[in-house]
Amino acid sequence: MELSPDSTILWQWGPLRLNATIFFTWVVMAVLSVGSWLVTRRLTDEGKMSRRRNLLETLVIFLNDQIRATSRQEPGRFLPFIGTLFLFIAVSNSMEIIPGFHPPTGSLSTTAALAMCVFIAVPFFGVMQKGVLGYLKHYVKPSVFMAPFEIIGEFSRTLALAVRLYGNIMSGTIIVGILLSIAPLFFPIVMQVLGLLIGLIQAYIFAVLAMVYIASATSVQKKTDDEKRKAG
Amino acid sequence: MDNIGLIGMISIIMAGGTMAVGSIGPALGEARAVSQALSAIAQQPDASGTLSRTLFVGLAMIESMAIYCFVVALILVFANPFWKYVIEHP
Repeated sequence: MELSPDSTILWQWGPLRLNATIFFTWVVMAVLSVGSWLVTRRLTDEGKMSRRRNLLETLVIFLNDQIRATSRQEPGRFLPFIGTLFLFIAVSNSMEIIPGFHPPTGSLSTTAALAMCVFIAVPFFGVMQKGVLGYLKHYVKPSVFMAPFEIIGEFSRTLALAVRLYGNIMSGTIIVGILLSIAPLFFPIVMQVLGLLIGLIQAYIFAVLAMVYIASATSVQKKTDDEKRKAG
Repeated sequence: MDNIGLIGMISIIMAGGTMAVGSIGPALGEARAVSQALSAIAQQPDASGTLSRTLFVGLAMIESMAIYCFVVALILVFANPFWKYVIEHP
């Protein structure tokens, strides 16, 4: 039994290898970008709104609301990053039901890459809002002795993000595989429906956790601004 | 018993033990979190949006412990490095 689609090699030419993870990542990217391009290529404000455009606008509004509720800041700056994370994970988890499709999120390399993006985005947004010194100050905020724990926490939560998504999606695939050999008639379908639900929840959780981490690095400036306004 | 038998036996026993012990804590924790969240929603239905979002994030945090155990158990059964070493160097 295979634990990850990394070991499935679809095409090889000399040292160049195309494994299933990379291929299906590009499939998901193509679905997302070509789909959005098809919907948004003829935008007008006349007449009735098309159904697909309505779907995309509902998605963007939903993401904006969730980001605003989670971070208590204006969502405009975070929407591209958080929205991309959510859409990529949600689409690749939902396309699990297509036969022959290995979800790229079921491979530890994809989820580790996504978690590294969050790991880099946290100081990026923090430095952008508060400057280098202001961002570094939150490591020594209660006292200097907390700094090692803060740094350990940054690494361990990155690891947790990667392993959580990988473990959930991979375990769904493995359970369906095991059930296919034990009770192939009906139960795999039930588990796949559960897998769809888990996939969407995991995409939501990944995006919300990324937003919480970024918000914790950017929120102090907001508070001091409010205090200044009160004082002034 | 030779090395192959020993490694196979201990890996399978420990995989089962990892899942059994490792799912007790998260199960108790999730049950507690859900029951508290339910009573909070019953008292304040207006705050159910915030409560359920926080609940989901918290449940994901708790569940990741069980997922770690599951990944370790799967590695023990399907991708055991010691087993591979023994198979390759008989």
